[in-house]
Amino acid sequence: MSYGKLVALLAVRTRDLAGAEDALSSALVRALEQWPAGGVPENPDAWLLSTARRIAVDHWRRLETAQALSGHVELLARERVAETEPSFADERLKLLLVCAHPSIDVRARTPLMLQTVLGLDARRIGSAFLVAPATMGQRLSRAKAKIRDGGIRFEVPALDALPRRIDSVLDAIYAAYTLGWDNAFSDDGKTNALSDEAIWLARLIVELLPGDAEAKGLLALMLFSESRRPARRDPISGDYVDLARQDTGLWSEPLIAEAEQVVRSAGSAGELGRYQIEAAIQAVHAARRLSGSTDWAAIAHLYLGLTIHLRTIGARVAYAAVLSEAENTGAALRSLAEISEESVSHYQPYWAVRAHLLALANERAAAVSAFERAIGLTEDVAVRCYLAKKKQALLEDR
Amino acid sequence: MQFMIMNYVKPRNFAEHGRPENDPDGPAWGAYTKALTESGVMVGGAALQPEHTATTVRMHEGRRDLHDGPYAETKEQLGGFYLIEVADLDAALEWAARNPAASTGAVEVRPVMAM
Repeated sequence: MSYGKLVALLAVRTRDLAGAEDALSSALVRALEQWPAGGVPENPDAWLLSTARRIAVDHWRRLETAQALSGHVELLARERVAETEPSFADERLKLLLVCAHPSIDVRARTPLMLQTVLGLDARRIGSAFLVAPATMGQRLSRAKAKIRDGGIRFEVPALDALPRRIDSVLDAIYAAYTLGWDNAFSDDGKTNALSDEAIWLARLIVELLPGDAEAKGLLALMLFSESRRPARRDPISGDYVDLARQDTGLWSEPLIAEAEQVVRSAGSAGELGRYQIEAAIQAVHAARRLSGSTDWAAIAHLYLGLTIHLRTIGARVAYAAVLSEAENTGAALRSLAEISEESVSHYQPYWAVRAHLLALANERAAAVSAFERAIGLTEDVAVRCYLAKKKQALLEDR
Repeated sequence: MQFMIMNYVKPRNFAEHGRPENDPDGPAWGAYTKALTESGVMVGGAALQPEHTATTVRMHEGRRDLHDGPYAETKEQLGGFYLIEVADLDAALEWAARNPAASTGAVEVRPVMAM
């Protein structure tokens, strides 16, 4: 059983996530002490669970505070007696929903999910989110205090409220995935695991809520993206390779097949949303491996749809980039010009796309300036080198 | 809020004889400075000559104690700094991650004491 499942089972009644985590780590310590000598119990998870519950009960008893707590003690004591095999799937869904509850700070939702469901530590989460570990620790404890004291219930909400609640769960999972993806060019290899974990969570949601089309859209989107991971770096130089120049032979056929199957089953479930549109865009890109060319008109239509469903700068920048393929550079630059420069002052993709388009339009000086701006906003060394080469080529091509 | 971003770089990233134009990371620094300036967050900053040009001064029981070189011999040395004005630490860390020294050495971010 995963860490998250155990935490969920422990916290589901008391709403005390921090307490559940503490009890579980104490139980794990006891396991390390006792198992090597006495042998691993027949059902290690049940052993951990009952030990953690006993530790939690002892903890509450020691606190010896008023009536508010006696409820906890009774509850835990009852559970200790009952110890039946509960429904794990439901408990994990409740835990995910709690982590992405509307009253939890939106910046804390994905981190909370990674910590409680996957057991990642605050330092690693802080590094992935580029937040000081101390700040991340505070945000996580504030969120946990709110769950405990603010009466956020561990429950699956009524069906009419569920889609909205699930959306914030999906957004938090996708945030975890893109964090892993953004760092996919780095050499440390640690952050890639975040992408795998996000996919694991999306699979879980799809399994728990098979009727949710957006959950399927999200899973398919991430699978398509993963399928291209092997092609994203030059096998010899290690340089970043953009989508247009990728060797489609390196794309993972099993992942594409799975993604296509998930997209198809989402389509039959109705209700369109951003993740299904983005998955459809990826499906069109994936088709290039068979046809040898990309249907840019279809992609442009899908992106236009996306800018309506998802009113973000990212969607608008992507739409402009696609217009240069579907129509012409002029149309793309006009579309880009509609975005206020103030809103993109430190948005790297805008400057990279703008540089690329200006270079195509042969506006060299402006393109060089935009490339510089993009380079200055880039975190990753491989991407920085890629952009610097493009800029250098412009300067030398006279 | 103002933050100081300190660039700790490996000595080889300091150009030979302190000539910035020989620094392989040179163009990246220019682009980074440009991005800071054009995004309107730059307050100030400077690049420093290599650490062998440093002189360290201490007053020890009323006596001057000078030595050549930086005050501490570490793998990375302070190569320069930026002073930026941003909303909070999160925003400052975003800029620190883009700093070329973050990829090759280390970047330290410290809030400036409000006067």
